Amino acid sequence: MNLTVNGVTHEVESSLLTPLLDVLREELGITGPKAGCHQGGCGACTVLVDGEPRRSCLLPVAYADGGEITTVEGLGTPEDLSPIQGAFIHHYAAQCGFCTSGMMLAGQGYIGAGGTDDPESIQEALGGHVCRCTGYAKIVEAVAAAARGDSFDLTETAVGKYTKMTTGGAE
Amino acid sequence: MATTSLALNEATEVLRPGSEDEAVEAFGDGTDVLVVGGGTIVVPEMTFRRLRPARALLLRDAGLAGVTRDASRVTIGAATAIEELVAVSAPLGPCAANIADLEIRAAATVGGNLCAGAGHEAPRGDLQGAFLALGATVRSAGEGGIREEPLEDFLPRRRERLALDVSYEEPAAGAFSGLNRPHTHDYTALAVSAARAADGTVRLAATGAGSHGIRLPSAEAAADDPEAAGVAALQDVTPHDDALASAWYRTKVLPVLVRRALTELKEPA
Repeated sequence: MNLTVNGVTHEVESSLLTPLLDVLREELGITGPKAGCHQGGCGACTVLVDGEPRRSCLLPVAYADGGEITTVEGLGTPEDLSPIQGAFIHHYAAQCGFCTSGMMLAGQGYIGAGGTDDPESIQEALGGHVCRCTGYAKIVEAVAAAARGDSFDLTETAVGKYTKMTTGGAE
Repeated sequence: MATTSLALNEATEVLRPGSEDEAVEAFGDGTDVLVVGGGTIVVPEMTFRRLRPARALLLRDAGLAGVTRDASRVTIGAATAIEELVAVSAPLGPCAANIADLEIRAAATVGGNLCAGAGHEAPRGDLQGAFLALGATVRSAGEGGIREEPLEDFLPRRRERLALDVSYEEPAAGAFSGLNRPHTHDYTALAVSAARAADGTVRLAATGAGSHGIRLPSAEAAADDPEAAGVAALQDVTPHDDALASAWYRTKVLPVLVRRALTELKEPA
């Protein structure tokens, strides 16, 4: 079967029952989705399938057949971050970073479905995602900022020298 | 029907029926077939090599998804995502909302939840109690062909059947009362569903009080008095210890959940 990841179509040889996560990481070498618990409990492996967040560790790859998959590699580039990536940096929403790609994709799916900056709605949408650094408040703030389309000046941050991004989603 | 055998992943034969008829034929009498609804339960089981099926039946494209209404009768296809039930009225809607998180609910199916076997650490099948309270019937395939039967009769044999759909009469009123979960990933530790049918019959059922959902007939008989019904419910169950809660705790909170559900049934919030 074929799998379209971040706009690129790959021919996949893994068994149809293989979790999408393992196909992405082991067969295609796309390591943005993290293998945390491998049983749906942590959210580190979340990717977008046709714009909707899914646990890639629970999805047989057969069920992604014909779908458009977005991983964190497809959100933006270091030089040109996506609004939610900019918001995560601005709000210090990443600590160790292991949960971050799953959190950003869940946030992206939430915003894509019309989610607002209401903290309770964001908590509900990200409720299955675990951050062992316990940086939840910052993560919710970052998703809210991205939902609002806040602008950020990232030139003074640690990533400033790598990114041209000086404003956020409203740009 | 596309049938694929691949050397990787234990050479499991993968069946992908494109219609209900093909699904029924592929399931046969259910011998050595693993049914994959959304995959949320069985994929990790395969990942950790606790399941090595000879054949796997992928249900997604078999045309079994969707909710249809015919007058007051609601029919829910087995491959319908649990997330689609969140917006329906109690007890089903709040019961569905209490399962996992939206990512998992969007993948997990109603049929998978109804047919789930008891887990290693706790019972599964969160929706069973709500459907029991609704007096639901299940249409299923397997040995002896397709048949429709009350969910209570189906549950003990759910592992041998392929659920096709579940249906119920829209209740006059419904209520759901469950324990909050420490984490969205947890299965239901204990929850009570209540529904009053159009003819006034009150049904009560619990999830988490046994290896599958169970009716609470003693509590139903005392339904006019929520306090008494709560106490009576203890006659209907044998609470157990597991990873989610102790038998002692379940014994303490079951009467409370029954009382809350019946109170809500009388006086909707």
